[in-house]
Amino acid sequence: MSAKRKTAAREIFALGAEAVVEGALLAGCSFYGGYPITPSSEIMEGMAERLPRTEDGVFIQMEDEIASLGACIGASLAGRKVMTATSGPGFSLMQELIGYACMIEAPLVLVNVMRGGPSTGLPTSPAQGDVQQARWGTHGDHSIIVLSATDVQDCLHMTVKAFNFAEKYRTPVILLLDEVTAHTREKITVPLAQDLEILYRLQPSMPPEWYKPFEETVRGVPPMPPLGSGYRFHVTGLTHDDHGYPTQKPDEVVAAISRQFRKIDQFFFDIQITDEFLTGDAEVGVVAYGSVARSAHLAVEQARERGIKAGLIDLKTLFPFPRAAVEGLLRRCRTVIVPEMNMGQISREVKRVNPGTSTVWTINRVDGHIITPKQILESIRKG
Amino acid sequence: MAEVTQLIHEYLRHDKKFPHVLCPGCGHGILLGSLIRSVHALGIPKDDVALVAGIGCSGRVAVYVDFNTVHAVHGRALTVATGIKMAKPDMHVIVVQGDGDALSIGGNHFIHAARRNIGLTVLVLNNFIYGMTGGQCSSATPLGCWSTTTPYGQMEKSFDFVEMTRAAGANFVSRGTVFHVKTLDKLVRQALVHPGFSLVEVLTPCHTQFGRKNKFKSPVDMYQWLKKAAMPLEAYEKLDPDKRAGRIPIGVFVDNHEPALETRYAAMRAKLAKG
Amino acid sequence: MTNPKKGQTRITIYPDWCKACGLCVAFCPAKVLEIDVAAGCARAVREQECVNCGFCELHCPDFAIVVTPRGKTRNGGTQPPQENGN
Repeated sequence: MSAKRKTAAREIFALGAEAVVEGALLAGCSFYGGYPITPSSEIMEGMAERLPRTEDGVFIQMEDEIASLGACIGASLAGRKVMTATSGPGFSLMQELIGYACMIEAPLVLVNVMRGGPSTGLPTSPAQGDVQQARWGTHGDHSIIVLSATDVQDCLHMTVKAFNFAEKYRTPVILLLDEVTAHTREKITVPLAQDLEILYRLQPSMPPEWYKPFEETVRGVPPMPPLGSGYRFHVTGLTHDDHGYPTQKPDEVVAAISRQFRKIDQFFFDIQITDEFLTGDAEVGVVAYGSVARSAHLAVEQARERGIKAGLIDLKTLFPFPRAAVEGLLRRCRTVIVPEMNMGQISREVKRVNPGTSTVWTINRVDGHIITPKQILESIRKG
Repeated sequence: MAEVTQLIHEYLRHDKKFPHVLCPGCGHGILLGSLIRSVHALGIPKDDVALVAGIGCSGRVAVYVDFNTVHAVHGRALTVATGIKMAKPDMHVIVVQGDGDALSIGGNHFIHAARRNIGLTVLVLNNFIYGMTGGQCSSATPLGCWSTTTPYGQMEKSFDFVEMTRAAGANFVSRGTVFHVKTLDKLVRQALVHPGFSLVEVLTPCHTQFGRKNKFKSPVDMYQWLKKAAMPLEAYEKLDPDKRAGRIPIGVFVDNHEPALETRYAAMRAKLAKG
Repeated sequence: MTNPKKGQTRITIYPDWCKACGLCVAFCPAKVLEIDVAAGCARAVREQECVNCGFCELHCPDFAIVVTPRGKTRNGGTQPPQENGN
């Protein structure tokens, strides 16, 4: 092990999918359960090759996406940092277990490389049609973190972020990529793990007989020991009290559900990541995410060259929706443009937080092709 | 005999409300007792046991016992158990499922877990019906039986758990009943230590949902039926095929010793580590 | 001829746990038990006939019945051990 230890960050020429693999391994992912689906399979193939060579890595190909997420949840309970990757149809199959993971507060990272939909749709073409599904796909009120990545380097960093959030907040984290991001090959820098902030779930410090697996804490996140460590407790998808036992008592139900929201809600400042580009004096704003944000970045630069005061917010966190940042842009700009590869999913959020100070325009494209800088620039010029 | 119940009480979670939620005469409690006795007899520490249950009456069993217990979602208990076993191969991962959970909604996972021969101990509580949801037919409801969704009789053939699991490639396949408790104890003990996928199909009466609609006057009637119908596999095999109708063989059907998935995985990793 | 095993045991039934399913009553080879309809639980009405076969204890789905050798005392009451009434 020590002989092979890398002593410096290395530069590689990698796919977005491969960057996700690098990020996951840096973050300490030691379990991957998956099922092949275009355009996410490269992540699975990378994990299949790499994980068995790591210290305690487990890779398993399951019989479907439901089983993949089930296996990840089991391994997460057993103390592992876990990941699975899928695309639209598989993501739909996983919805029930996403809710289960929310309910039992199992940390996990789920990468969804979005392709055209609905149904089998456009398997090899990009789309961003699963944004609202990522937020609301599973039934019942729940809180969840949804991230996205703009380019290949970003795929690595956002994967590390996803693991950190999953561990810190005991929650499933969904990383939404699109086919373009996952299949773009670029030169990236793979940092050393020691140069990154890597977080682990909180472990109990009290003796087992005092431990309550779903107890209210200041952060709202109870410690989570691995199965078999002496802290025997019950885990259930039924609404449960702080011992983990099923309950229907209204006060206990309210306490459980509201803590699950509060643990995320009170850390918006930590979770909501945005990348702002020339927004300070912007008069025309753009809100974009994923590969579209790259087009938008170029469009904003070109607009500035033409003397238009344009600015961009690149959303790295999609949910909880970065309201403060977007609201600031809406207050400053007369027009805010939301280009996305769907019929208008994040634009709904932007319109929702619009204090009425700005006009929100959308650019929607669902033909399996990317939104070009030119398209966005045309809109900026009109705005 | 006093030790029996005393022992069981040492494994129950007394901060959980008892008596348990199951109906009078439900066999699930008997299986739970059998499981506790078996774990104790083998000297397996509570910490080393992960008990994963599905949804339904069988799913409610897990909460009462002081192991690491997981109540999963409907049909997916085996997938969660697979994750636990691969992440912690030294743990005894026991799965309790009902017939609907295991072979209706969870049929695909069941077949594949058996095919993988992963080291899980799977106890399928077969009561021929969906009990918790109100007595609808399951894939184990016998031909011609009545349920709330087969008011004119079941037209579909039922699954044979033993043959299904054998065909899928599991190492250990057995069947017992909650009436024949000493045999059941033996089967559960064997299944717990057997490498690879180990199934005990446990026939357990559900009078509330199945018995009442199928001419059983009381829970006791159903146990009388189990007593009469079940017979040791060896005796069943000697029986004239014409006389086999209505008889249920119990015992060990498959007893192979192929390496479990987690063993094969560990071997691959060791090979990779050597370079 | 009296069975030498007879009368060697004491039977405790936890009334709060027993659901009166009748399993122990129906299969007791010595007919020791009966259902007390008013109380809604089983009762050992002929304790002296018990042959200590253990059927009832092994088959009680509710862990509500204990057969103790005479002379040995259990916690004496009608409550299961460790119960904190929660």
